[in-house]
Amino acid sequence: MNAAVAEMQDGNQTAGDKQPLVEIRGLSKTYSRGKQKLEVLHHIDLDIARGDFFALMGPSGSGKTTLLNLIGGLDSPSDGSLTVDGKRIDKMGENQLARWRAGNVGFVFQFYNLMPALTAQKNVELPLLLTKLSASQRKKNAGIALQLVGLSDRASHKPSELSGGQQQRVAIARAIVSDPTLLVCDEPTGDLDRQSAEEVLTLLQRLNREHGKTIVMVTHDPKAAEYASHTLHLDKGTLVEQQHTA
Amino acid sequence: MKYFNLVWSALFRHKTRAVFTLISIIAAFLLFGLLNAVRVAFTSGSDSLAGNERLVVASRFSIMTGLPESLKARIAAIPGVQGVGHENWFGGVYQDPKNFVFSFAVDEDYLGTNPDILLTPEQRQAFAQTQDGALIGETLAKRYNWKVGQKIPLQSTIFPRKNGDKTWPFTIVGIYKTSKDAPNGSDQMFFLHWKYFDEANMYSSHEVGWYVVKLNSPEDADKIAQSIDALSANSDHETKTQTANAFNASFAKQIGNIGLIVEAIMAAVFFTLILLTGNTMAQAVRERIPELAVLKTIGFSDRSVLALVLAEAVLLLVIGGVIGMAIASVLAPALAKGSGGMIQLPPIGWVIWAEGAALMVVIGVVVGVLPALRGMRLKIVDALAGR
Repeated sequence: MNAAVAEMQDGNQTAGDKQPLVEIRGLSKTYSRGKQKLEVLHHIDLDIARGDFFALMGPSGSGKTTLLNLIGGLDSPSDGSLTVDGKRIDKMGENQLARWRAGNVGFVFQFYNLMPALTAQKNVELPLLLTKLSASQRKKNAGIALQLVGLSDRASHKPSELSGGQQQRVAIARAIVSDPTLLVCDEPTGDLDRQSAEEVLTLLQRLNREHGKTIVMVTHDPKAAEYASHTLHLDKGTLVEQQHTA
Repeated sequence: MKYFNLVWSALFRHKTRAVFTLISIIAAFLLFGLLNAVRVAFTSGSDSLAGNERLVVASRFSIMTGLPESLKARIAAIPGVQGVGHENWFGGVYQDPKNFVFSFAVDEDYLGTNPDILLTPEQRQAFAQTQDGALIGETLAKRYNWKVGQKIPLQSTIFPRKNGDKTWPFTIVGIYKTSKDAPNGSDQMFFLHWKYFDEANMYSSHEVGWYVVKLNSPEDADKIAQSIDALSANSDHETKTQTANAFNASFAKQIGNIGLIVEAIMAAVFFTLILLTGNTMAQAVRERIPELAVLKTIGFSDRSVLALVLAEAVLLLVIGGVIGMAIASVLAPALAKGSGGMIQLPPIGWVIWAEGAALMVVIGVVVGVLPALRGMRLKIVDALAGR
């Protein structure tokens, strides 16, 4: 066991000396299937500092996506505590979590998950519908987000009229339009060719380095993980290794 | 309103399916509009104020059974009676059997008992002085372009003249207007002299179809009705006296309980619509579970998702319903015109529109509630994983 993993298990690990944005202590997640209980995550301790770019790696079924869902407030832990930006999100109810997600987290999925009937512009505006911004302000902010991902000229296109890489960039624009602190990305390059994957990863890296977004990304691809500043390896629901890559 | 785009795009995500569903909704509300117009047409005249100030005295056994003319003077003598007139069904058609004319043989006092018929003194005098004279309603005159002074041959479907000829010649002596509260179809009547009819028809019997009695006060209606019926008690022409409103209602019921028929048809139509639209909504939402999960992921609350799906269902019903009712609004007068007056459909008024709007919302909620609950209750993690 290397020093990083030992540090994790002591519960003191942080990526550098930055103030932790995400503090995970003794986090476990158990699913019930009939009478059978399946523990997917075992007593995870982890700190993610503000401005970090973490890649979560591990074999299928290791609990990467479960951990990501917990960090993003999509699911609730069975045990342990999960604090994000000083707020105990493991204590929040469904509606509270929904409000918290709207203001604090941006999500990027493997298959983009855009609304097929809406244009790129309207897809990006979706999170802003939950704010009190005027229609013109929503449009303006969505325009800025699309500009940031290099798709201003595709604003009026529907997802079916865009390539996979472009769709993922629209999804990233949707994730950042409400200026969240944290971006959670579940295999964002899993459905893309190498070139599009590199474009997307470069964009995420830029958002991390230039705009200070804290990013947690699940990936199977070691090349994708190289874009992150830290790589965590999970196996059978336990953190087994941490690498500082940048 | 900021969610309208989202609801609208979801609604027309599958254009073909949405259009076919809309067509079924349009058809249902078109029927709703037209059938309600039919119901109103049959029940109008059964709730007017003037209808409570008049009594109709008909045979107790059947409206087709005549009453003796001699009864008129005895009814007029009852205290509280202001005037008495009588009518006979003539059953006229003009040139072709499909050109049906609502024609009645009336005595000289009848017009005084009917406040819905507005006549000038000159028209009254002309009618009184012309044996084959006829008074016709404005709409009837327009339909056949009839003018005052014109000779009109009208065929009776029941009563031939003494020479066996069913064609009766009439001279139009006046075109009357109707009061604004007149029952539907009042402006389509054709009035001829009862005396002329009684003397010239092959079955002359000196009998009248029914009496119309105008009262000094509607409050005396019950008491006077009993007095009138008492005049013929235990005779071979016993009468049944009721207000004009009640008479109109019972006349309509001879055709059938139109309200019940309309309700039964509409219940079947809307039941089918609920099944059809409910299935469409369920399918549409089932296909969009991952999209709803994404909405919840980015911060839409459970209630927001519930409201979005319900709004989608209600919007679908409102679009189809409004189009259907609008078509019915245009079609009802067109049908009346096209039928040459045989079908008398009143305009689709605000009451029918209000009932229709309420139905659109209720059906929208009914068909949307189960899919909406499913959307509301979905677990994001499971939905995104396709479980």
